[in-house]
Amino acid sequence: MSEYIIKNGNVFDPVQGIKGDKKDIAIKDGKIVDKVGSGAKVIDASGKTVMAGAVEIHAHIAGPKVNLGRIYRPEDKLFSCTPTKGMERMGGGASIPTTFKTGYEYAKMGYTTAMEAAMPPMFAKHVHEEIRDTPIIDEGAFPVFGNNWFVLEYLKNHEIENTAAYIAWMLRVTKGYAVKVVNPGGTEAWAWGLNCLSVNDPVPYFDITPAEIVKGLIEANEYLGLPHSMHIHPNNLGNPGCYQTTLDTLRLAEGMKANNKFGRESVMHLTHSQFHAYKGTNWGDFESGAKEITDYVNKNKNITIDTGNVTLDETTTMTADGPFEHHLTGLNNLKWANCDVELETAAGVVPYIYSPNISVCAIQWAIGLEIPLMMKDPMRCYITTDHPNAGPFTRYPRVIKWLMSTKARETQINAFKHKDKVLSQTSIGSLDKELSLYELAQMTRAGPAKSLGLGGMCGGLKPGMDADVAVYNFNPDKPVADPEDIEKAFSRCAAVFKSGVQVVSNGEIVSTGNKRTLWVNAKVNDNPQVMRDINEKFLKYYSITQANYEALGHHFVPNPYALEVDATHV
Amino acid sequence: METVTITMKNLPALYLEADTITPDSFAGKTAAQIAELPVYEGNVATTLGKYFEINGGAGATAADTKIIVKGDVRKVKYLGFKMSAGEMVIEGSTDLYVGAWMTGGKILAKGNVEGFAATAMKGGELTIEGNAGNYLGAAYRGDWRGMSGGKILVKGNAGSDVGMYMTGGEIVINGNVDVHLMTHAEGGKTIVKGNTQSKLGGQMVDGTIIIYGSIETMTPGFKPNGEVELEVDGVKGKFAHFIGDMGERHKKKKGAVVYANLYKKI
Repeated sequence: MSEYIIKNGNVFDPVQGIKGDKKDIAIKDGKIVDKVGSGAKVIDASGKTVMAGAVEIHAHIAGPKVNLGRIYRPEDKLFSCTPTKGMERMGGGASIPTTFKTGYEYAKMGYTTAMEAAMPPMFAKHVHEEIRDTPIIDEGAFPVFGNNWFVLEYLKNHEIENTAAYIAWMLRVTKGYAVKVVNPGGTEAWAWGLNCLSVNDPVPYFDITPAEIVKGLIEANEYLGLPHSMHIHPNNLGNPGCYQTTLDTLRLAEGMKANNKFGRESVMHLTHSQFHAYKGTNWGDFESGAKEITDYVNKNKNITIDTGNVTLDETTTMTADGPFEHHLTGLNNLKWANCDVELETAAGVVPYIYSPNISVCAIQWAIGLEIPLMMKDPMRCYITTDHPNAGPFTRYPRVIKWLMSTKARETQINAFKHKDKVLSQTSIGSLDKELSLYELAQMTRAGPAKSLGLGGMCGGLKPGMDADVAVYNFNPDKPVADPEDIEKAFSRCAAVFKSGVQVVSNGEIVSTGNKRTLWVNAKVNDNPQVMRDINEKFLKYYSITQANYEALGHHFVPNPYALEVDATHV
Repeated sequence: METVTITMKNLPALYLEADTITPDSFAGKTAAQIAELPVYEGNVATTLGKYFEINGGAGATAADTKIIVKGDVRKVKYLGFKMSAGEMVIEGSTDLYVGAWMTGGKILAKGNVEGFAATAMKGGELTIEGNAGNYLGAAYRGDWRGMSGGKILVKGNAGSDVGMYMTGGEIVINGNVDVHLMTHAEGGKTIVKGNTQSKLGGQMVDGTIIIYGSIETMTPGFKPNGEVELEVDGVKGKFAHFIGDMGERHKKKKGAVVYANLYKKI
């Protein structure tokens, strides 16, 4: 493979503690190396910012519910289509872009790894077909477990070993990456017309509580020693007062310790925390609970979070939290799509407009920024928009602008129709912190990579790591004249390398790279009981046979990268 | 006001996507510059001048520009797309999306127009002397934001789904209309001087339909609400009043539930 040397850039790498030093980054055979030969191609990065390729920890970018959004929202593609151009195939879609556009847009912003946050196991094949068709970026997908009948039955009796064996089987057949939990118990309860709004609401028929599900899944996750922690969207999302449920959920991790060989220290990842940090009793007295959530997370080091920033756009919400989407369509009267996935999960889709003229939306915007600004350890808080739920991922440069500039935040606050309400219901007006580029690299590179157990592979620029490198047209030595320059610089990279291949040059795609599908191959002791249970459930309940279930082979996973986990000796 | 006349001289083999034929994109340009404006024939990017002979010149602004479209433009789409001001006269019949997303100005189509004319129109005036196709003044596919302002007059007949998801503005049809008139509408007014088919105002939340001719099948979601005298275009008349769609959600205004109104001339 070619050799490259990225010269004289201002390098920010939390993995090595490099804070803007002018350094050269050498690339050889797909890896970062100490030095390259004189024949290496030179990329001049003087006056520019150099970071590792960014890592997306939570986005909905592939699979049946994303595609349902694409199908039932042709208007999302209206005026947002781009024709074939150079290396790029045609693309379209603003909040739910086509697979090709998804890959290109991430790469142009300097992202080289992304996680699909909710894979319905039964439709894993569809998820992988879309991952395959998303160019450039490495991707993994999290199968959902929080409402799965096997899990509910095993954990009701606290059978951790069986749960772990089932998870290992599921990760293998779905080519999954981590244990995702969405509204634990609540989505299953909704099949009975109910919901679980607290961690102690029993799930009908199964007679188990969300607290038992969450604790059990953390235990099973650590029993296996998976790369990522249990990744949770707690109960009671998006309701005023939900921060209490969130705190109750976070407390379930107390005393739990990470067990893995990947350098991960957390046992629970709280996703899109913005949606779970609401105080108040109704939409009238709705206020921010960002302080309560971040105070707790700051003190408890075994938890990582991501933000879920509201970007004030028209978007498409989609989640395995079926009851929430039903609730949402009742609020905004826009079209609702819904699906029940047999023994496993469910999903709903509803378009949503985060209007700067609506006080609730403006307060949500503020909460999403308060959380990262209040977090003391940027290695445990990651920037997301829960794409596309709080906004499209293509708005990351705008979120970065708001986090890096109080002036940009003030401009937005002044543009809100209910500015006074935003200031009285949140503390956004009194936060003068401006994120540094080093902290940005922690929140978008080193941090998420570590939480995902990929800290040795990506998210940093240490020799030996994958050569995922982003070069931004942003000069850290010069004062920022206009915050818009921040957004512009982070929108389109000067250069991006993915595993040593240059994929972006001057903001344009120049190669579709060597995209991989990341999955976790966990080996466990033979467990005839779990295998028999699986066989039985397929015969009795599933609408497809077990033989047709597995996502296997070149069609679905053309370029796999398996992280091996050995849990046989436990 | 300056006038640009464009005359079709080379008919396209495929349909021409000519969203640049608007006073807004012509404004400030000479005939030669207008000829260079981009259009798509199928998926091939080409220029306006390949198909049209262009005479005259545009005014400095859209408001100062009048476009006269001559010749056979039955295979041309998007005439007057997103126009904000000025005037257009289309002398023959034309294809889809005439005046779609227009916010101002005036379009006079002397022939027939195909479907999706005035999609999501916000303002201005569209007059069609012939017949209109389906989805006149409706929302784009999948969208819930139809015509919200402006005026449409059709001297002939119109197709189905007229005023779907309409929220404001006014449509007058002198002839007949097909099924699904003003379905899902949340405002606005449609007057049909001729006859109508079925499913008028299906899932309609707010807004007004006035029918002078017959209704083939009354929508079951509408219920009789007595008789009223209305003045339409300065002429008074007696109408049967219906409210609906009873199967749909309805807002409350000053404590009273707001329904969509359907008036049928007696």
